[in-house]
Amino acid sequence: MTMKQKKDAPSRLAPAFLNGMCVGRPLVIPFVTAGFPDKWSTPDVVEAMCVAGADMVEIGIPFSDPLADGPTIQHASEVALEGGMTVAGVLEIVESVRMRDDTRDLPIVLMGYFNPLLAYGLESFLDDAKAAGVDGLIIPDVPPEEGREYRAACVERDLSATFLVAPNAPDERIRIVDQFSTHFSYCVTVTGVTGARNEVQVRTLEFLRRMRSLALKPFVVGFGIKEAAHVLELGPHADGVVVGSALIDALSQGKEPATVAAELIAPLRAAAERIASSRE
Amino acid sequence: MTEQPKASPDAHGRFGAFGGRFVPETLMPALFELELAHADAMQDQAFRQELDGLLCDFAGRPTPLYEAPRLAADLGGPRVWLKREDLLHTGAHKINNTIGQALLARRMGKHRVIAETGAGQHGVATATVAARFGLDCTVYMGEEDIQRQRLNVFRMRLLGAEVVPVSSGSRTLKDATNEAIRHWVTNVETTFYILGSVVGPHPYPAMVRDFQSVIGREVREQLAAKGEAPPSLLIACVGGGSNAMGLFADWLDDDVEMIGVEAAGYGLDSGEHAASLCQGQVGVLHGARSYLLQTDDGQVKLAHSISAGLDYPGVGPQHAQLRDSGRVHYTAVTDAEAVEALQLLSGREGIIPALESAHAIAELYKRARAGELPGDARIVVCLSGRGDKDVEAMADYLRNHPNEDIGARP
Repeated sequence: MTMKQKKDAPSRLAPAFLNGMCVGRPLVIPFVTAGFPDKWSTPDVVEAMCVAGADMVEIGIPFSDPLADGPTIQHASEVALEGGMTVAGVLEIVESVRMRDDTRDLPIVLMGYFNPLLAYGLESFLDDAKAAGVDGLIIPDVPPEEGREYRAACVERDLSATFLVAPNAPDERIRIVDQFSTHFSYCVTVTGVTGARNEVQVRTLEFLRRMRSLALKPFVVGFGIKEAAHVLELGPHADGVVVGSALIDALSQGKEPATVAAELIAPLRAAAERIASSRE
Repeated sequence: MTEQPKASPDAHGRFGAFGGRFVPETLMPALFELELAHADAMQDQAFRQELDGLLCDFAGRPTPLYEAPRLAADLGGPRVWLKREDLLHTGAHKINNTIGQALLARRMGKHRVIAETGAGQHGVATATVAARFGLDCTVYMGEEDIQRQRLNVFRMRLLGAEVVPVSSGSRTLKDATNEAIRHWVTNVETTFYILGSVVGPHPYPAMVRDFQSVIGREVREQLAAKGEAPPSLLIACVGGGSNAMGLFADWLDDDVEMIGVEAAGYGLDSGEHAASLCQGQVGVLHGARSYLLQTDDGQVKLAHSISAGLDYPGVGPQHAQLRDSGRVHYTAVTDAEAVEALQLLSGREGIIPALESAHAIAELYKRARAGELPGDARIVVCLSGRGDKDVEAMADYLRNHPNEDIGARP
């Protein structure tokens, strides 16, 4: 690969969130597991999502023991690992995504568990991720208390470090996570693991309102979001909505990435646009 | 010996470079709550009295410190005492910890408990205290372990617990733990997670150690009561490491050698073992930084041991610290060596140990045969569990390895 990103390349995240806020709609953020359904298709999947209206993409680094994930993403991780996906392989995917016209400037964050990154060597991983064109990281098993060095290493490279926060968090905890996240925080809709769900709980909305009143930085919401109705309900209370398991489910049915993107991402984007127009 | 490690973790739950709380954020409020509740309970005289009372009358403490003369003769003449945790209610040391955690659960107003289990001993001990305290109980157990330990599955069900088979990943203890943690994340506000070993996020490694440390304290009192000098060697098997920490904790500042024996499975060179301290690299699993069996790419490897209770790719963070500081020496014995030791102890002393505990016995035989066991050694072995649960696995093993059946000798 020749198109290495400059080490001082500015993050694509801040402009994306700023743009979302200006037009008054949440960003649409698909999550895909790198190497699912196979090693070669992930760049196509990312491109298809982008073309269908994704504002940003989360790429999952598969791990053998995904504690925070439900059966769908567990399965995707297993398939990806069996197919030979590695941490280095994930970075190659990002490089190849950056070579494509449609996705050259797409904000990309990696989501993965801590151990594979430690095994790679955290500092070298962050260097290589930056060089490959990654904009930031979400590590679900690193809470702020364990994330000081990792966060500092990200800041040094202008990579974002996002910490998660759940509905059972006291106000003080929300403030800590908001402060610790460099660009944006990640609110999980429920106390639970990832996976598509049917209904939005009243408690989730209360949580997001609380988050809005306490957080100084943008935040996205994820876990259980699968359809336009969810975006319409949650989207007005967050700066981005993440859809993951529903997407993996659709991909595992053997559909083409473009079809999945058209069926799943386009309607979510349309729902996000409706939020914007209803605010005008 | 290098610098003596501090016995307790620091405020962040770290034992030197190890430990911590690497968990999904949802669990952080629960871990803070647990840490406070545990500290508060241990200050409360009434709590301690109730705990001591239950350990005595319900679990059967103190357990005997039995001097094993024929085993000693086999080993060439040292003195050997067996700390008989196998005689506890439910058949292993696990109940020391589950009584403590169940009392905490009740104190915190949680009516549901969950647990992971490998051999089923911790599952049975959890189901037992859940029955005793009227708590709902769900136990996560790998499908492969359910096959290996059918007796314990039936015991848990008799005790009123729901046993949930775990079919993901290795289908053993590692994935049962993943599933228990996922369930805890989902039901964190109503559920107490009774973790069975000195692993997991802070405060579990310290809390489980504290509940198990009664083992080592009793050894001290019992030796003194017999008018015996302190031991020169403490030895225990190590999977997650709770019985070993329970034996060692009270002795870390004493001048006594300590050995933790891991499972070498088919052999350390075979790649199929559970010896994370002997052969692993530092990593993060199940909420703590410790030694871990993993690939170069940081994926957790499957462990192997004939003993389901040792079949775990990680180990408690304090053991990692004790390894690096040199305070405790860690070694490993194979399936075959453990099977032989199980048979030897059965024939010599009339005690059928659990396959887990047989690993500690096997290490003694190994050292004796290599001439590395001084004749004046004074050895305390933690006999962490009884072997009833392993009878079927032993029968299978000996059917497949007829040459290793040494039979009971007179």
